[in-house]
This record gives sequence, C-alpha cells and structure tokens, in this order.
Amino acid sequence: MFSAILIIGALGVLMGTALGFASRFFAVEGNPLEGEIEELLPGSQCGQCGYPGCGPAAAAVANGEAPVTMCPPGGKALAEALAEKMGVSVDLSEVEEKAPVVAFVHEHLCVGCTKCFKRCPTDAIIGGPKQIHAVFADACTGCEKCFDVCPTECIEMRPIQANLQTWYWPMPAAA
Amino acid sequence: MKLFRIRGGVHPDDRKQLSAERAIENLPLPPLLHIPLQQHIGHPAEPLVKRGQLVRKGELLARSQGMISAPVHAPTSGRIMGIGGYPAHHASGLSVRTITLHPDGYEEWHDDCEEMDDPFSLSPEQIARRVAESGIVGMGGATFPSAVKLNLRKRYQLDTLVINGAECEPYLTCDDRLMRERSEHVRDGVRLMAKSLGVERILFGIENNKPQAQRAMREAAADYPEFHVVGLPTRYPMGSEKHLVQTLVGKETPARGLTADIGVVVHNVATATAVFDALKFGRPLISRVVTVSGGAVKNPCNLHVPIGTPLEHLVEYCGGFVDLPDRLISGGPMMGQPLPSLRVPVVKGSNGLLGLTLEETQRRDEMPCIRCASCVSACPCGLTPLSMAAFIRVGSLEPSVELGLLDCIGCGSCAYVCPSHIPLVQYFNYAKGELTARQRAQHKQGETKRLAEARTARMEAIKKAKREAMAKRKREMEAKKAAEAGAAEQTKQEEAEA
Amino acid sequence: MIDAPLIGAPYAHQKVSVNRTMVLVMLALTPATLLGLYQFGWPAIFLFVITIAACLIFEAFSLQVMGKPKKVFLMDGSAILTGWLLAMTLPPWAPWWIGVVGAFLAIIIGKQVFGGIGQNPFNPAMVARVALLISFPLEMTLYTSPQPLFSADAPGVLEGLAITFGGGALAIDAVTSATPLGHLKTELSRGLEVQHALGSTDSVGQLALGTASGSLGEISALLLLAGGLVLIGLRIITWHIPVAMLGTLALLASIFHLMAPESYAGPLFHLLSGAAILGAFFIATDLVTSPVSVTGQLIFGAGCGLLVFVIRTFAGYPEGVAFAVLLMNACTPLIDYYFKPRIYGRDRKGQPLQYGDEGGEA
Repeated sequence: MFSAILIIGALGVLMGTALGFASRFFAVEGNPLEGEIEELLPGSQCGQCGYPGCGPAAAAVANGEAPVTMCPPGGKALAEALAEKMGVSVDLSEVEEKAPVVAFVHEHLCVGCTKCFKRCPTDAIIGGPKQIHAVFADACTGCEKCFDVCPTECIEMRPIQANLQTWYWPMPAAA
Repeated sequence: MKLFRIRGGVHPDDRKQLSAERAIENLPLPPLLHIPLQQHIGHPAEPLVKRGQLVRKGELLARSQGMISAPVHAPTSGRIMGIGGYPAHHASGLSVRTITLHPDGYEEWHDDCEEMDDPFSLSPEQIARRVAESGIVGMGGATFPSAVKLNLRKRYQLDTLVINGAECEPYLTCDDRLMRERSEHVRDGVRLMAKSLGVERILFGIENNKPQAQRAMREAAADYPEFHVVGLPTRYPMGSEKHLVQTLVGKETPARGLTADIGVVVHNVATATAVFDALKFGRPLISRVVTVSGGAVKNPCNLHVPIGTPLEHLVEYCGGFVDLPDRLISGGPMMGQPLPSLRVPVVKGSNGLLGLTLEETQRRDEMPCIRCASCVSACPCGLTPLSMAAFIRVGSLEPSVELGLLDCIGCGSCAYVCPSHIPLVQYFNYAKGELTARQRAQHKQGETKRLAEARTARMEAIKKAKREAMAKRKREMEAKKAAEAGAAEQTKQEEAEA
Repeated sequence: MIDAPLIGAPYAHQKVSVNRTMVLVMLALTPATLLGLYQFGWPAIFLFVITIAACLIFEAFSLQVMGKPKKVFLMDGSAILTGWLLAMTLPPWAPWWIGVVGAFLAIIIGKQVFGGIGQNPFNPAMVARVALLISFPLEMTLYTSPQPLFSADAPGVLEGLAITFGGGALAIDAVTSATPLGHLKTELSRGLEVQHALGSTDSVGQLALGTASGSLGEISALLLLAGGLVLIGLRIITWHIPVAMLGTLALLASIFHLMAPESYAGPLFHLLSGAAILGAFFIATDLVTSPVSVTGQLIFGAGCGLLVFVIRTFAGYPEGVAFAVLLMNACTPLIDYYFKPRIYGRDRKGQPLQYGDEGGEA
C-alpha cells in the first residue's frame, strides 16, 4: 500500500517535472500556423472578413476565433484548404458561397477622379486622371473598396455571368 | 476475331426500330440559319465575316483559334444577318456567339470547294491539314477536333485505327443509315484517315443489332485485307471509346491517358463520312445526319440537315409532336443533354433529337439509396457510384475523387439501373464541374495574391522613393543652410577682420 | 417539358424501383411463410400480423417525428419486409408483446435512429431478434411442434387468440418441443453422440419439408431455397453471399464431421436446420447491410458461414445465424473500404496502368 503510493507519487513528480521542462525548452514563439494560414489567404487585404487585413484574419483563424469559412473571395476552395490545415472538418454544403461579383464602371458617369484605382488592392482598375476608368474583370476580387469611394456612384458590382466554359450541372435538387 | 469482355454495362431497350428503316432525307433549307462559333471542344472560332456580307456555300465564316479549335463554314449561300448571342445547343440555356445567315436559296458553292480525282494521292500531313481546314470534329457527340487526333502519329506509336460504328445509344440510327447507304464513302473516309495516321490495321466495330450495316460494310471492305469489320455484342456502353478499344484489342487505356497510349486512335462513322466529303469533294463540314425520334415524335426519321437549322424545323418536318414530350433531348437518352427549347440550332455534334414521353424516361422522384450495389455491378469502369454520390451529397469532393470520380465516363449505366432513381450522373457532373470551378478559383486567388504583392511592393517602392527624395531635399536644404551659414560666418569673420 | 426541372441523363430507366425490390423479396418469402403459418396455426398467424402491423406503426411514427413524407416511405415496403423477416424468426406461439417489442427494436432502434431506410448499419430484423433473445430467453426459446391448421390438436381461432394475447405457449400447457438444433445441443452437452442425439429427432426430410419444430423461417428449407433461387434469377440478389455462406458452413461441417462424426453433425443437417437457408438468401443478402463489391460479398458470406458454424458448434446458443449476420454487418464498412472493384485503366493499387516494357508484344 505504502509502496504503491510512493511509486505513483514519485511518478507524478517525475512526469510533472519533465513536462515543466519540456514546456520551457520546447516552447514555440507565436503560433506557426498563423504564417502558414496567411500564405493560403489571398493577401489582397480586402477586409471582407471583418478583420483589418489578411494577417489579422490569419491570426484569428489560427487561434480558432474565426471559422475557416470566413474568407468570401477564397470561397469553398479556400475553406477546404484551411480546414485541412487546421485539422477541422467543415460542412462545405453549408457554406453559402456569395455569388461572385466584379466591379463594372459605367463610363457615362465616371469623371476620372482616380479615387478607385488608388484603392484597388489588385490593380484591377485601369485608367488615369481625367480618363474614364475600366475594370479588368479577371483581376477583380469583388472586394467593393472602389464601390465605396466612388464619388459619382458609377461603379456597379455585377455578378459574374456563367458561360459555356464555366457552366456546370447543379447538384440534384431533391435528396 | 477474338473479342474481349468488358466489365459491367446494361441492356437498355434500343428502340431503334422507330427510325432504322427510314432512309436519310434532305431537310429543306429553313428561312434562317444560326451557326454558333463554338460547336467543338476548345477555343471558339473567330468570325471573319461582317453583317450584311454575302457568302457562298462552304465559305469560311470563322477561323479556328489556338491549338484545339475548329473553323466554321457557311452551310449555304446567303447574307450574314448579324453576329451576336443566341441560345446555345446546351443544357444550360445560355447564349453563345452565333452567326445568323439568311439563305438566298441558290446553294451556290464557294470556289474553293473543288472535287478531287484521287484524294489518296495526298500525303498524311495534307490529309490532316485538309481535315482541320474543313472544320471536322468528332461527330459522335464528343466534338473533339478530328485533325488533332489525326496528328497524334507525331507523338505516339500507332498501329490501329478503330472505327466506332457501335451506336450503342438507344434510338439513334444516323450512323446505321450512313453505313447502309454510303458504305463506300464511309470506307474511303476511313482509309484516308488510316493513311493520315500511318496505321496498317483498321478495326470497324458494329454492334450485332445492326446486321444490314455489318453486311454493307463487309461488302464494301471486301477488297481491303487491312479492313476488318467486327460484330460487337450489343451492350451499352460499347461505344465508349475506351471500352470499344478494350473489346477489340484487349487492352485497357491507362487512367488519365489516351487510347493512343496503347497505339489506337478511334474515330466515328459520321466523322469518316465528313472526311471523305472534305477530301473528295472539297466540302467542309456544313451539314450532318440527325436522327429525330422518340415516342412523342409523329414520324421518326433520319434527316440530312444543314448546320445551324433550328430544331423546330426538324420536328415540323417529322410531323410534329403527337404528345407533349416529357423531355427534349439532344443526343441519345443515356448520355444526351436536355434542351431548353426547340429554337436552338443543329450543331456539328448533334446526332439525335429525341422527344421522349414520361413512359419512356421512367422519370421518378429520388428515393434514398438502399445500397443494392446494382450501380457497382453495372459500372463499366469499376467504380462504386453509390459511395461517390454519398460523399458528393454532403459536399466532400476529395473522397469521391479518391474513389475514382475522375475516371467516370458519365455513361449513365449506374443511374439507369438504380432502383431508387438517384440521378447519379448528375451528382458526378456537378462534382466534376465544382472541382474545375474550385481549381479556377484557386488559380485566381494565386493571381490575386501576386497582384496584391506587386502592388504592395510598388507602394513600398514609391514610399521609399518619396522618403529618399525628402531626405535628399532635406540634406540639400541643410547643406544650403550650412553653406549659407558658413558664408554668413565668413562674411562676419571677414567683416570682423575688416 | 420546358418547365421540367433540370435533371441530368440518362433519360431512360430500367423498370426497377425500391418498391418492386421489396415486393419481390416478399413474394419469394410467401410460399415458405404460408407453409409455416399453416403448420403452426392461428397463434402464428396472429403473431405474424401483429409484428408487421407494429412495424408499420412504428415506421409511421418515426416518419412523423422526422417530418418525412409518410406515404412514399410507408409504401416502399421496407417496414413490412422487416416485420415479415422478424416474424419468421420468432417462436410462432410467442405472446403478442414479443412481436411489438421486436417491431420497436427493429424499426426504431435498428433502423430509424440511423436515419431510416438505407442508413442502418445492422439488419433491423436481426437486431430485434438478438435483443429479444437476450432479454426474454424464456419466451424466445419456447418452441412447439407443428400442429397444422384444422388438425385435431390445433388451437382454433379463440384458442389462438388466447395463446397470443395470453401468455403465449407458456400460459397454456402447450406441447413444447425443442428445435432440432436446440435438441442436438442439449443432447451433446449431456454426453450423447450425434447419431443418438439425432436419432430420436427429425429426419432430413422433415427438415427440408418443414414438419420439424422451429420458427416460421426455420421449418421449410426447400421452399426458402426455391424462393432464394427465384430472387437470384430476378437479379434482386446475387449468388455470391448465399453460396459463400452455405459453402463455408457445409465445408466446415464436413471437415469436422469427418474428423469426429460422434461429436459433430454433418453438413446436410447444418444446412437444412435452423435459419441457415433463410439467413443465407434473405437476411445476409440484405442489400443495405452487405458489402457492395463481388469480392466483398464473397468474404462477407464466408464470414457469416464461419461464424454460424462456430456459434452452433462451440458457443452457448444452439443457433447463430442472427449473431453471425450482425457481426459481419459490423465488418461491412471495413470490407467495403478494402475490397473495392478495380477501376478501369488502373491497377489494384489505384495507379494508372503502365505498358512501358511490354508495349510492343501485344
């Protein structure tokens, strides 16, 4: 009886000490996941997730404060990649992918103020001072930053139209 | 000849008797033709004509763009009415860039369309080039540019040309009729393709439910020892390229590979006929044979139709619908696609137009899967459709890819036998499309990142340059001040000295 | 036609449905069931009806709770079939509440808690049977000898009602008699040899024709076999599971019988007695809970056969079909995972085929 208590007690002390040492010597500075997650994010600092940029958003995801589905421009593909990185399972069928939009400049309203293209995080707006601006749709992420600053409200966020190359069958309705 | 067994497969009611005995008839010219610029896999063709321009039959309307593409020609002579969006021959109901032609009724051929005495005098390269220039694509429905396949000889060691006369889809009889009515033209088209490919052996597979076509082709090919007409067991999907080759040659095409990997190239009967027309008569691909059939169609028949003819004219010619069809299908019932309306035009890949009644489609509501494994035994590719669909239903695409989603040929055998009437193929098509879309999204994300980084770098550079400029100005100012101060000091000193 | 929802190909369909599958299985069961009902008279008929009705009621209740359409799912026939199979494995003169509790176990615990048809990992009827057997060993092992309808000793309608709604065979001092397998087990454990043990009980002919005592599904091997073959002919089930199961059972029985005929019964006795035939053709082949690939089905069937033999011969229970099937059901996901068919153009490991070296020879 006495020996058993002794042995278990000694074991406890020993392991506790070992753990204590381990936590001191093998401690990791910061969360390494943060950097890896930031790698995955688009890096356009668009702020659609509600965080001030991709870095803070990555930190939030790494700490489990934000869901892996928080990045609208990344869509399902990113959510899946993040879920894998975080080792969490995510029900992608629940992820309501926001219909992707791109900015479109109504030329007759544009005054060439250059406010929008200075704000564009991906340089998707082409134009110069006093010139009508145009959006290069392939580079636009739909972050709406230009939409917010336009003084003449000439920018419209248009949903991306499917074409024969991008159309695919929808999931069967009933299940 | 020894045939090899393929796995799985089904025996749908072939319903070919509806139109099999109807000889090919020429459809009169419609008042307007709508010729889409994309009737093939690959890049759309680029229009060369303008609104109001007069064109002659067989004239080039749009040229091919890029490696995998095909040109489009005028199906008849007439005036170009415009180029713009028009409903596509596609399940989505989306529009596609289309040239609208108003026929003048003269059917005047373009000068380039000249008959040739002996097309066999052409070199393999010339044959392939002419096929490319004639806009010929796989006419069995896949619409892959045929010339690209003829040029495979450059990269693969080929020994056999397989001609797909299986026509395993129910209802369709257009290839059957071509083999019966134009057997010698089919034969010569095939021989031209064999010459272009540089192969010694031609295997012409025809399902055993078409004895007349087999007989006609055997007679036509009697004098050519390299030409073997082979009777195939009637089983769907015998006409699947990879399974046809396995049946005839006994080898499986490696996953994600081409039949060319095992030395075989496959072409379709209608394609062979188009090749013959292009080389012998110099006529590009501007018309094709379409089977109009189905329980809802009054007089099912086989029609020779100019490309671009709206489907309503075909139905009208066949006496209209006796019944409101449950489904309007382009192609066969197993792999065809539903059409949004009869306004859409005939394209190079349309081999059938079916108006099917509810009794024929047997459409029912989806029930839960009872794991009966009928789909597993029906699958010709050795997949487990029930598990793949179960994963896809909950949005997990990765596991379904591991189960072989990308090896699925979409033949529909699984859905055909499913007692729960689960639209398995649609699940797979959805998943394949979604995967591609995600790849695209990922690509875009990568590009976005690159752009954003470039912008940040540029901003930094600008800031740095500004800072440097400021610093420089400051330095200059200071130097100037110092100089001034120094000068002042000097003057002071000088004054003091003075 | 234009307004119809967008549905993918194919636009042709074999004339099959879940409903048809279930109905055909029931038809295949009908001859053996009728014979069983005839042999055991009114109490058996009452129990049979009660069990199926209870299954339907529990199914309707579950559908109501889960908010699923009742008509479609009640009409698919799966609840009736579960009840039917369960009733066939109960002692025919068991009291009514055995059927009701069994139906509850089968439908609610065995099937609906997993999400309904197609989702259950275990055969619902066997879940119910095993749970009943363990919970109510007395009622579940009390068998009577067959007393055909309208025969002298057979209970009439009123008597039948008394048996079913009274205390079952226990209540009236019915002529009970052990099943052949139970009898063999008892006699062997008393130290008797097989020949003597079996000598006093039913002959092979009796087993095959269904005049021995037992549950409805145990008494007529021949009619069940005929029904099973019809199902194979109609392609509702494939031959793999039954053949593998019965083959393994017969093989093991033969080997042990040849080694020690005095302690082990022969293969014919094993095949024809108990629920071997019913199990092989109607229970182990349950579509939902058996593997999907051919290899998987062979392994599954062989596993069932092995377990049936082991349980019958070495374990405490005289009959082991239900246990064997449930144990193999538990292995089904594993079997499905490891024994998938080979994908076209790939080798067994899933790598694309290589024709590198032998490319020229073919």
